Order: sequence, then structure tokens, then C-alpha cells
Amino acid sequence: MIDNWPILSIVTFLPLAGVLFLLLIKGDEKALAQNSRFVAMWVSGFTFLVSLPLLIGFDSSLTGYQFEEKGVWLAGTGIGYHMGVDGISMPFVLLSTLLTPLSILASWRAITHRVREYMIAFLVLETMMIGMFVSLDMLMFYLFFEAVLIPMFLIIGIWGGPRRVYAAFKFFLYTLLGSVLMLVCMLAMYIDAGTTDIPALTAHQFAEPMQTWLFLGFLASFAVKVPMWPVHTWLPDAHVEAPTAGSMILAGVLLKMGGYGFLRFSLPMFPLASEFFAPLIFTLSIIAVIYTSLVALAQSDMKKMIAYSSVAHMGFVTIGIFTMTEQGIAGAMFQMISHGLVSAALFFSVGVVYDRLHTREISAYGGVAAVMPRYAVFFMFMMLASVGLPGTSGFVGEMLVLVGAWHASSWVAFFTATGLVLGATYMLWLYRRVMFGAIVNDQVKAMEPMQMREFSIFLPLTFLVLLFGVYPMALLDVMAVSIQFVLDGLSASGLSLLAAN
Amino acid sequence: MYSLIVFLPLLGAVIAGLLSLSNRDRAAEIVTVSGLLLSLLFSIIAFANVAIGGQPETVNLARWISSGSFVANWSLRFDTLTAVMLIVVTGVSSMVHIYSIGYMSHDNARARFMAYLSLFTFAMLMLITADNLVQMFFGWEGVGVASYLLIGFWYKKDSAHSAAMKAFVVNRVGDFGFALGILAVYALFGSVQFDVIFAQSSVIAATDINFLGYRLPALEVAGILLFIGAMGKSAQLGLHTWLPDAMEGPTPVSALIHAATMVTAGVFMICRLSPMLEYAPFALDVITIVGALTAIFAATVGMTQFDIKRVIAYSTCSQLGYMFFAAGVSAYPAAMFHLTTHAFFKALLFLGAGSVIHALSDEQDLRNMGGIWKKVPVTYAMMWIGSLALAGFPFFAGYYSKDMILEAAYAAQSGVGSMAFWLGCLAAFLTAFYSWRLLIMAFHGAPRASAQVMSHVHESPKVMTLPLLVLAIGAVFAGWLGYELFVGHDMKQFWGASIFILPTNTAMEDAHHVPTWVKLLPIVLASSGVALAVLFYAYWTSMPARIAAIFRPIYLLFYNKWYFDELYDTIFVRPAVRFGAYLWQRGDRDTIDGFGPDGMSAFIYRLSGMCSRVQTGFVFHYAFAMLIGVVVLVSWYYLRFKGA
Repeated sequence: MIDNWPILSIVTFLPLAGVLFLLLIKGDEKALAQNSRFVAMWVSGFTFLVSLPLLIGFDSSLTGYQFEEKGVWLAGTGIGYHMGVDGISMPFVLLSTLLTPLSILASWRAITHRVREYMIAFLVLETMMIGMFVSLDMLMFYLFFEAVLIPMFLIIGIWGGPRRVYAAFKFFLYTLLGSVLMLVCMLAMYIDAGTTDIPALTAHQFAEPMQTWLFLGFLASFAVKVPMWPVHTWLPDAHVEAPTAGSMILAGVLLKMGGYGFLRFSLPMFPLASEFFAPLIFTLSIIAVIYTSLVALAQSDMKKMIAYSSVAHMGFVTIGIFTMTEQGIAGAMFQMISHGLVSAALFFSVGVVYDRLHTREISAYGGVAAVMPRYAVFFMFMMLASVGLPGTSGFVGEMLVLVGAWHASSWVAFFTATGLVLGATYMLWLYRRVMFGAIVNDQVKAMEPMQMREFSIFLPLTFLVLLFGVYPMALLDVMAVSIQFVLDGLSASGLSLLAAN
Repeated sequence: MYSLIVFLPLLGAVIAGLLSLSNRDRAAEIVTVSGLLLSLLFSIIAFANVAIGGQPETVNLARWISSGSFVANWSLRFDTLTAVMLIVVTGVSSMVHIYSIGYMSHDNARARFMAYLSLFTFAMLMLITADNLVQMFFGWEGVGVASYLLIGFWYKKDSAHSAAMKAFVVNRVGDFGFALGILAVYALFGSVQFDVIFAQSSVIAATDINFLGYRLPALEVAGILLFIGAMGKSAQLGLHTWLPDAMEGPTPVSALIHAATMVTAGVFMICRLSPMLEYAPFALDVITIVGALTAIFAATVGMTQFDIKRVIAYSTCSQLGYMFFAAGVSAYPAAMFHLTTHAFFKALLFLGAGSVIHALSDEQDLRNMGGIWKKVPVTYAMMWIGSLALAGFPFFAGYYSKDMILEAAYAAQSGVGSMAFWLGCLAAFLTAFYSWRLLIMAFHGAPRASAQVMSHVHESPKVMTLPLLVLAIGAVFAGWLGYELFVGHDMKQFWGASIFILPTNTAMEDAHHVPTWVKLLPIVLASSGVALAVLFYAYWTSMPARIAAIFRPIYLLFYNKWYFDELYDTIFVRPAVRFGAYLWQRGDRDTIDGFGPDGMSAFIYRLSGMCSRVQTGFVFHYAFAMLIGVVVLVSWYYLRFKGA
């Protein structure tokens, strides 16, 4: 019976139902705040549980989409309600449903005003994120893709730091500019193919010159989301101003929208243009890896440093995708999931000490390890996962991307691998300045030890990072067939790159 | 059972880690030490079966990474090479665990320390049992992290955590090469599995690889890239700068990680890859040259240092150089032999030095020691044994292995071989010199420590001296016992398939038939080194200072470690930070934001400002504008249609 349930729709819209519930809550400000927290927690936690059948029931040996739902939406136009997941999108759905309750838990004490509205924003955000990953109709995808912006814009603009308005507008400007170009391209595609159904579009052959323009239009949008150099400058500002939980979702899920878009649209639909522009992507990504790693070295703000490190890590992702090899794409996917877990945990690590000292200046800290030894363990672990230590999830993605990169060119692999050295440098330096040394700031001495709540956020993330590091097949097996499908599509269009294999 | 060798230390580390949360130090010590002793016991059994009995075995554990044809599994490979390393690693590690109970007894984070030690041992065991390059990389980086944690164990000390970070980052530079080497190997062989690589090496040797735009011989490229990894881990010239600083860690750590085991991982790797490297003669020459240069370079620096641990650290660096040039002339068995004997006597020297430091209330400067030999007789005797073994005096361990290396280098009959031989001989002279310089300065002469420190000088407790005795037995007998097995006439039977030497590379066999003067030279040089040190530091004590004054530039060069740190600081570290700041300010803020969002919004702001200024509210302004508009419109129509 459960097979017939529209499970994707349920997972997608369950948080919205929670929003309705939140709107009904009444009471004085304090009770309202507390109840809102609990409702949001329960709703998102329940959503996570409901999303688990996607993992359990997923048959990783099947090509194509599973848990498909088709409905009539705009009859006769070729636009319909179509949902489904494959090995590429399913992990992202679970990543979203996992990170949302953890982020809500992370904002438990940090958010004290307009709590109900804050929780509403998060639940709406969750619906939009999941909807984006499960949409199999381009118009639906676009709506969700754009709608994600709105709650995030509000989260930064209302609950953010002192320069929140500047950051929110910068975030909005960048992403909107890209989206407009993407919309124009989508219109052109609809006119050409007569449908917005994604599987149908994947099968449709776009003429070569048209592919070029479509690729560039989508690139404008996805590159901003990833973000790729040089359209990355919104990210550090957005992260610095966003509340901790906002950063967790932003880095954990929102940055993956670009990479997901490349895999869902650019590669399968514009294979010739993808091959043509691959060197450009490599160049931009390599610049991202080296440039942002160096910039990260110069930061004095903890969040800014981790934000720049995200740009560098996402550089690995774009390189991996455009190597158009099995290992490269699998590595990119793996890196995205891994980065989702690790960067969320790293931003949370910053949040933990920020909640106590109310500053992100690295120089205000020093010697924290002596005061918060358990926190030091988690932070250390995540820091090492971020630098790609074998045995953590960070390694598997980087290694596979490098394997793919060498296939493209030893130059690409060479420059990408410099990220191993640079990444270790800034992360270790950050950890050293915050955690080690003698305590110079008296306020650090008074920092309270880690709470159960914080512990319970770190624990699942740590578990998964370790699991995927030691047994990555749990994830690689899920993705393999879908990645092969993308590759088959590429070789069917007769790419010279693949012919060389 | 073989898997237990590897996983018992991990179990110990996890339990000790959990115990450290509730500060149950004693329990953590018991758990980790018993885990290690069991692991040692099983290792001895494995050695008997695998190496003596000649039954290699591979234990498959689980799938690890598999994507397309890229497959790396968790599996443990036990052959002779691994078995030898098992004895070294678990042997030294268990002694160091026991010694640490005494050495760290005043520390309040002992459980954490023991957990780190066991974690290190686990990673090291994973490294040596790896059956593919990626798993080896796992162990490789794992020991790097454990080393990072242990160097920075006293994390409140600035020098400790900066040394820890330096060790990690410099090693990462090496690992950069290692990672690229793995990629090259995979590109060539389509596998990272040792068996597959070794089986195809002779075929692949004839092919080229496209590396950074050049077509180069395939195996030479892969070999040199992997060797860069080995250089980082084994502190070879150029990537050696982290090792002396690593002495900031507690002394048991220096003995275990930075003398006996981790730093020898590079040598192990080269020997493990012998079936591939044999077909890469140029890479082997590079290894020989780097090894020989490191041997002499580190010896010159070791001669001038005053920190007791740093002297031994440079000595380690130098001895690793010997092992590398031995491997470079295809004398892998000799390299492994020296690795084994060195593990015993160098761990002994470090633990002995730790005992001295312990006795002198944490004093490490040789200039503040002296006159204590009667008060610490056991330690004194141990240091003598260690030094005799290191300098290669007859019938001590180093005598067999180091002479074997020098003879093999001579027997190689190649340019680089001879260079290694002569530099090695010179280094042997310096080794004896700095060893006795250390002995005399630390134990003899008038006491230079304060009266208060001197009154506390005491022999270390049994829990510390007992491991010293065990290691001393190794330092005395390991060479004598191992000679026939490791490098004797039946060595091929002992090593089996784990080491491969091309029939044309005969250095190993010819080493047994070198002229007598080659056999005698090292011992003559070592004796004169000892004599010179005794002369300078016991009798003619004003001489060292005077020589230093006469050859001041050379002395300063040696004393300042050939200025490597300063050089790297100037060309890498500081420019990177400055360049990062430049990119951030000029690149991100001024250029991208300046022309991007900020510039755009400023432009629109100005534009709207102009527009709003036009709307003045005066009727005659609007009327005037309308008039101009009409004029323009009429003129345009007129010109347009007139022209048509």
C-alpha cells in the first residue's frame, strides 16, 4: 500500500503544513516562541522520518526515476506536475531533510525575537529545497529554484548581523541576475521542444548553436549558486551576516543547487556545449581553488574563512562534473554531500563559540580547547574532514575528482591537487588560532562547556562523515547507475572526449 | 588473527579516548598497553609464519572506494616486508607505550596521550599492511594526523602547536606528490592494486605518459611523484624542515614516530614499490642522490646543535638518507635491514635522552648538562649502547646494516653510487663525532645545571628503564641476528616476492665482495670521529669555539640549518599570506565587487539621482523640455523623410 503513496509530495509539502500549524499558535511572546520552536522541530523531524522510505525503498540498480508522481497541471501545454528521484537527487533530498531539523535545533537559543516567523521561514525553505530536488518538470523546478531565495533572503535580512541588509541585497542581486537569464533559456527550450518535462527534454536533441546559448544562460544561474569564481563574492558576505542556522543550510544545501543543476540540465541536455565549455569551467574552478584558498588565509573572521573554503571545495565539484568521467562525476556528487555535512558542522562550530563570546574575530579566541575539550574533538574532526583526511567523507570526493581530473589533463589534476596543501594550511591555521595556545582573553575562560543540544547536532553529522569515509559505497552505490545514465547520454551524442576513453 | 594485529591498537585508542573524557588515566594505560602487547605477540607469530615460514597472506576486509574501474578495497597484505615492519612497529610501539607510563606520570592528560599513541600505531599498521596505494595513503595521512596531534600534545605551548601545524603542512606538500603519483599509476595501470601494478611494470616501463605537457617515460614520472611523498614523510632534504621542530612533542613520541616508525614509512614505500621502481632507473638515481645529500646535510647540522633532541633528530634525518640511497642502488634488503636496526637503537637513544631530560627537570640544552653520569648509570649505559650502534662499531647493530649500505653503494659501480658511498663515509665520520659530542656534553665534565636541578637528578623508574633494556638488547643483537636473514646469501628466500631486484642490478650481491679497504673505511672514520669528539669536548674544550670562530660563515650555515626555514618563509609562507590579502582586497573587493554588484548599484543610484534632479517642479522647466522634445522630433521626421 505504501508503494502507492505520493511520498515525494508528502515530503515536499509536509513542512508547509507545519507552517499552517505555526500560524495557528497563540499565546504570549515567550510561550509563542517556545511553542514555535517545538512545532518546527517536530515537523522537520517528522519530515526527515517520512523521507527515510526514499532511502530504504530506493532500488539503486534501476535506471531512470523512482517514486514518480505525475499529475495534470496546465493541461494541453506540455507543462505538468511531475516528481521523481534518481540516484543523483535522492541523496540531496535526504541531506535537506536531515539538515533542516539540525539547523532548527542550532537556532534554539540564538534566535530570540520573531521566533515564529523565523521558524516559518525555515519550513518554507525546506519545502522549496526539497521541491527543487524532486521536480521533474522544468517550470516546477524553476519555481522552487527561485522560491528558495525568498526565505533565505528574509533569514539573512531580518535575523542577520549588522550588515545584513547589504548582504541580503547582494545575495539577491547576484542570484536573480543569473535566474533571469536561465528563465529566458527555459522559454527558448519550451518553444523548441514543446514540453517542460525534464525526462523528455533530456531525450530531446537541441541544435548545436542553440546548445551554446542555453548552456551559457544556465551557467549564469548555476555558477552564481555554486558559487564559481568570479561570481562568488556574495557568499562570504551572506555567510558572515546570516545567523548560524542560515549558514548551515546555505552551505549545506543551497550551494549544491548549482552542482545539481549542472548534472540535471547542462550535461544531459547540452552535451556538445558542455564539452566545448569544459576548459572554461576547469579554468574558473582552478582559479577558485587556488584564489579563494589564498584569500581564506588572509581572513580574520572565522565565518568568512570557512565561507571562502566553501568556494574552494565547490571548485572541486565543478571540476569533477566537467571531467565527464565516472569517477569525476561520482567524486563531485560525493564531495557535494560530504561538503554539505562538513560545512554545516563547521558553521555550527563557529556558532557554538559565537553564542558564547558574540564575536567571530579569530583573534578574540585562543586556547578554547582547554575550556571546551569535547567541542575541541568535534571541531578537530570536522576540520580534518574538511582538509580531506582519508577515513572521512572529505577524502573520497577529492580523490575521485582528482582521478577524473587527471583523465581530463594532468594540468587540471596538478592545479586541483594544490588545494590539498592550501586547504590544510588555512584550516589548520584557523584551528590553531582559535583552539590552541594560552588563553589570552579572560572571557574565554568563562565559556561554558558544550550542551547536550549542541552535542546532539554534532553527533549525527560526525557519524555520517565517518561512515561515508570508511564505507563510501553506501553512497557511491546509490549514485552509480544514474551517473552511468548521464555518461551514456554524453557518449550517445558522440563526444570526442569520451571517444578518447 | 592477523586483522587483530591492526585493530587491537584502534580498539585501545577508542577506549582510551572515551576514558580520557572522565580522566581515568590508569585504565587507559592498561587498555592501550595490553592491546599493544597482544598485537606484538600476534606480530611475532605472523613474522614466524609469513617471513620465516614463507607463507604470505592477504586478508580482504571490505569494499572501500569503487567507482567504475577505480577500485580500492580495505584489505591487509602480509608478506615478508610487512612482517618485518610489523615487528618494528609493534615492538617499538609497545616499549614506548610502557615507557610513557613513567615519562608522562606528571601529566594530567595521560589517557589522551595513550589514545593518540595507539591511534598512531593503528594508522602505521594500516600503512604497512596496505595492499593498494590508496589504503597506503590512508595510513600515510593517518600517521600524519597522529603525529600532528602528538607534536601539539602540549597545545598550550605556542612552539608546540606551531611545530604541529608545520609538520602537517610540510607533509601535505609531500602528499601532494603522493596523490599525483597515485593518479599517474592509475592512469597507467588502470588499477591501484599492488599485485596488478607489479605484474605489469615491465610492460608499462616501455610506455610514455603525458605529464604537464611533456611526454615522459611513464614509470619515471610515477616513481618520482611517489618519491616526493616519501620525501615528506621521511624528512628528506627539501621537505625535512618539520622534523627538528617536531621535537616539541613529548620524547616518547619522538622515539616512536620521529625515529623508529613513521619517518621510515618513506623507505618502506620505496621498498614496497621495488617491482615498479626497478624499471625506473632515473627515479632510482634521484632517490640515491637525494638520500646521499640528506645523509651529509643532516650530519653537518647535527654537529652544531645544542638541543639534545634536535641532535638526535638530525641524526635520524641523516640515517634515513642512508636508507634511501641504499634503496636507490637497488639494495632494498640493506635499506630494510638498516631501517630495522635503526628503529631499535634510535628509539633507545631518544628514550635515553628522554630519561636525561626527565632527570634534569626538563632541561634539553646540552650546554646546561654535564657531570651526571654517575647519578644515572643505567641511562648512561643505554646511551653508550645506542651511540655505539649508531656509529657502527663492530658487533653492534648499526655495524652490520650501515656497512652493508656503504658496501652496496660502492658495489653499484655507478656515478651516483660512488657519490653516495663517499658522502656516506663522510657522514659516518660526522655521525660518530656528534654522537660522542652529545655523550660527553650530556654526561661528563663539570655540571653546568643549577645546584637545585642537580640535587634532583635521579635515575628513572623501572617502568622507563625496562623498555630501554629491551631496546638495548635489540640495538646490540639485531644486526648480528638479522644479518643472515636480511642480507645474507639466502636473502632471496627470506624476502620472497615482496622485494624484486632486476637481475642486472647486482649491487646487493656484489656488496659481499668489495675490497677490504671499503669494509674497513667506515669503522676507521667512525673511530676518528669519536677520537676527535673526545679530544674537542673532553680535553681541548676551547677548540670547538675557536674553530667555529675561524670558519664562522660555514659554522653559521650549519648552525642555522642551512637557512632552509628562513628561505621557505621568505619565498612561500609570507608571500602566500600577503598575496592572499592582496587578492581579497584588490581582487574581490575592488575589482569584482567594484565592477559587479557594488559598482552597479552605485551606478544606478547615481542615475536615479540624476533623474530625480530633472524633476524640479518648475513648470517652465517642463515646458522647456517639451519644447526641446518637439524640436528634436520634428527635425528627426524632417531629416528622415527628406533623406528618403
